[in-house]
Amino acid sequence: MTESAAPSSSEYIHHHLTNLVSGQGFWSFDIDTLVTSALLGLIVFGFMASVARKATSGVPGRTQAAVEILLEMVQTQVRDTFHGESGMVGPLALTIFVWVFTLNAMDLLPVDLVSLLMGSVGIEHWKAVPTTDPNLTFAMSITVFFLILYYNLKVKKCGGFLREVFTVPFGAKMAPFNFLFRLIEDLAKPVSLALRLFGNMYAGEMVFILIALLPPYLQWLLGAPWAIFHILIITLQAFIFMILTIIYLSMAHESH
Amino acid sequence: MNINATLFGQAITFAILIWFTMKFVWPPVVAALDDRSKKIAEGLEAAERGRQDFAKAELRSQDALNEAKSRAAEIIALSEKQAQAIVQQAHDAAVIEANRVKAQAQAEVEQEVMRARDSLRDRVADLAVSGAEKILRREINAQAHADLLTAIQAEL
Repeated sequence: MTESAAPSSSEYIHHHLTNLVSGQGFWSFDIDTLVTSALLGLIVFGFMASVARKATSGVPGRTQAAVEILLEMVQTQVRDTFHGESGMVGPLALTIFVWVFTLNAMDLLPVDLVSLLMGSVGIEHWKAVPTTDPNLTFAMSITVFFLILYYNLKVKKCGGFLREVFTVPFGAKMAPFNFLFRLIEDLAKPVSLALRLFGNMYAGEMVFILIALLPPYLQWLLGAPWAIFHILIITLQAFIFMILTIIYLSMAHESH
Repeated sequence: MNINATLFGQAITFAILIWFTMKFVWPPVVAALDDRSKKIAEGLEAAERGRQDFAKAELRSQDALNEAKSRAAEIIALSEKQAQAIVQQAHDAAVIEANRVKAQAQAEVEQEVMRARDSLRDRVADLAVSGAEKILRREINAQAHADLLTAIQAEL
């Protein structure tokens, strides 16, 4: 934006959808995604940890009450959905919800603001919303996938897990089909988790960019309703990612 | 949509955040919440206990009050009876005393009457003797007729 006086619409869109990449081929890094997500994670979780450290069982302050409301919401969801023994699921769900929510919320910043600020210090591309980067969403969902595998093995042991993979749902005689079904089912989990979040946020960001192409005096007309509606999407996507993770981990604890 | 090594970076960041939440965010808040709900439960229980104690104490005080009332009524009844007995006693004593005084007075009066009658009799006998003396001066000798005169005196 800063270097070209009047970019065309497609140039503008392309510019806004390009990551700041360092490296070549697969072994490259989206610096903007990494830095933004890590920085926001540091701020939000550092804040929550500082609140948690000072938490009293007496009369809570407003900040503590806010953190408690969030935590109890997550805890209720975990309790309602998850029927296993694990101290990890609650914190995991909270991490997912808070992190995804925070990263999604970057979408509400004016689309040009961040790239303008970064442009002023000589950085050409900077995608402000890390969840519009499939690398991030897949990183999360694959981590969840490994956790699903881990809990499957932990709860059912290696033999039980393998038996389940090869005998459910059609019985031992149809083992290859069972295995195929299970493979598809389990692979669909991380893929759907990652693509759902990525798709929603990418599309939302795209709409903001398109709105930004309108004449300045008209932008509020579409921008404000979309931003307000987007608050819902931001929260909803964070919630869905969290809830599905809990459900998947719960399924890993139960025998079919 | 290009997948690259950012994947690993993000996965590491994610893992660190999960670990961080597990260690520093979740446990203290959950502990505080559990502790608070325990405190609230204890408080409610204490309030309930206090309420029951109060009800019991009220019942006890009511009992004590009732007992005191009945005791007071008993004492009053007893004292009334005693007062009545005392009055009765006094009345009886007074009656006895009055009777005694009356009897004494009567006896005195009777004695008085007796004495008056005696003296009167003496006087009448004297008069009769002196009258008879005056009448019979000449023919009756006082010494000769002393027995007769004494008999008359005794009859009077």
